[in-house]
Amino acid sequence: MSFARYIARGELARALDLMARGRVAYAPRREADAVVFRPRAEGEEPLLARATVPPKGIIFPQSERLFAFIREKDPNDPGHTTVRLDATADIPPALIFGGRPCDARGFHIFDRVYLNGPHRDPYYAARRDATVVVTLACAKPCSTCFCHWTGCGPADTTGSDILMTPVEGGFVAQAVTPRGQEVLEGASLPEAGADRVMAAEAVHSATLSALEAQNPAPDLSTTPRRLRERFDDSGFWRAMSDKCLACGACTYLCPTCYCFNITDENDGGDGMRGRRLRSWDNCMSSLFTREASGHNPRMGKALRLRNRVGHKFSYYPDLHEGIVSCNGCGRCITGCPVSVDIREMVVRATEPSEETPNA
Amino acid sequence: MPDAITPEAGAHVTTLGSGFTDNPYLPDVATVLETVQETPAIKTLRVRIDDAARMDAFRFNPGQVGQLSLFGVGESTFVINSPPTRMDYLQFSIMRAGEVTAALHGLKPGDKVGVRAPLGNWFPFEDMRGKDIVFVGGGIGMAPLRTLLLYMLDNRADYGNITLLYGARTPGDMAFRDDVQDWLGRSDMNTTLTVDQAPDDWPHRAGLIPHVLLDLAPSNANSVAVLCGPPIMIKFTVEALKKLHFADEQIITTLERRMKCGIGICGRCNIGTKYVCVDGPVFSYAELKELPNEL
Repeated sequence: MSFARYIARGELARALDLMARGRVAYAPRREADAVVFRPRAEGEEPLLARATVPPKGIIFPQSERLFAFIREKDPNDPGHTTVRLDATADIPPALIFGGRPCDARGFHIFDRVYLNGPHRDPYYAARRDATVVVTLACAKPCSTCFCHWTGCGPADTTGSDILMTPVEGGFVAQAVTPRGQEVLEGASLPEAGADRVMAAEAVHSATLSALEAQNPAPDLSTTPRRLRERFDDSGFWRAMSDKCLACGACTYLCPTCYCFNITDENDGGDGMRGRRLRSWDNCMSSLFTREASGHNPRMGKALRLRNRVGHKFSYYPDLHEGIVSCNGCGRCITGCPVSVDIREMVVRATEPSEETPNA
Repeated sequence: MPDAITPEAGAHVTTLGSGFTDNPYLPDVATVLETVQETPAIKTLRVRIDDAARMDAFRFNPGQVGQLSLFGVGESTFVINSPPTRMDYLQFSIMRAGEVTAALHGLKPGDKVGVRAPLGNWFPFEDMRGKDIVFVGGGIGMAPLRTLLLYMLDNRADYGNITLLYGARTPGDMAFRDDVQDWLGRSDMNTTLTVDQAPDDWPHRAGLIPHVLLDLAPSNANSVAVLCGPPIMIKFTVEALKKLHFADEQIITTLERRMKCGIGICGRCNIGTKYVCVDGPVFSYAELKELPNEL
């Protein structure tokens, strides 16, 4: 990250205008009780607060059209119809400003599945490719933050194109990717200089120290294995899920939850036009795994919560070089109506269980 | 609040692939050639992909599945139960269970469907060459076995003795009647039929599949057993095979899950780290034993 520019506090809106030229720029904005990402207008001062909802939906929309279907009467055989599929999508160049490192790392968790798995997802790939991610490093942790447990951190650059760090009087903007550097070069910003870069690095380490002081990171190196061993410990999972309402708010607020459903929708009663959609899905719902026969391999919220925690802290790391698919943003804790705490579940699952004291 | 900057509608329209090969969510449009009402609950659809070049280029291995869809209703996963040696059409057999399957039962010749295929892994038909094969199918579970069995009959010299045990609740619940007649008459395979409830004029076996299998007592020597059927049948059939000294590696079966994408992305069909849609649906019993207990 040797390419660093400086943005004075009063110049932020103008700098964002220049960085986002030709792109739709999303930035945090307050709406009712929530801070959400919305397209910003030229000159609009962005909110610097952390958003209630991560910017995931800009690249992975909550619901998106996979294709439209159009049936037409076959002129040669009026008793039958032909079907035409339209798989076009309107994907403008975009820029996300003001996500935090835990948000940007979420895109990396997606990339491993959506871009680098056995099949490439063309919808995600097109939006990811069209979107510049400008991330704001955290200067002050929230009480529910635990990014430093997960391999993420308050200045993690994974998934970002540019990392901006608040320093006295303004921001240091460091290029993470060549594309990020291009965007910074195009905005003709002054060089940050060695002193300001050092100041930014001091912010990074001070925030990390504050996180460690409020909530020291436990050793989670054995967690994938311990979760496998806990799989049949139904008493443990019942206790962990006791107060869970299975509402799924945690999945919608999570920057790494990437599961989806596919459904069809008709434009009218005649079935001549409609579309196939994919929409965020929620593993806490019984329909997530219930088969048409009625058989459900995950009966009850305890088994569903077991899969949710297992996926993030055991299965995903086993498949992806130890990388945990939780970035410690803590939104599932703050957003949970009954305060189910994933930190507690992971720590307790990692502790040796009573039945196997020597494990 | 000033107006947000949004692009003109349609200013950045991208085409996300032209077919299944470059967009794995985009089905090939196919036409129903023929339907067969196998049983009151099971209907067979024979389809061809409309794009002749795509149909000609279509290749798959026995055991692979497809997502069959009715536009405006939805998609479901079915095995391609015709063999790769017979490419006049792709055959799917559908047991009516929910909304999509009920709608698929209503299709007539000439109707359009969507096909995303082939998906998933396949039976280890290459490793099975030279071995004796024991097929055990229950109900609609005969469909995945049919593709492998017909493939083997079309390459008969490559395989040893072929034994088939096919069971259903009643004679009326037996699918693939023409095939079954052919199999019963063939001298190069042994076919046994059984039903749970046999009417007086039923000339075949009566009784549950695991019991009949123990009675037939196929040898485990140089053999592979391929099972497919409802979970309860699989459980007891595996027990029967263990009594007959089949090793875990000699037992092959298929798993079902509620799948959506079929390509290992949507997160719906995992059992621990395995995704049934890409790592399956075919698993050996040895592999199943390594999975978390979530079947």
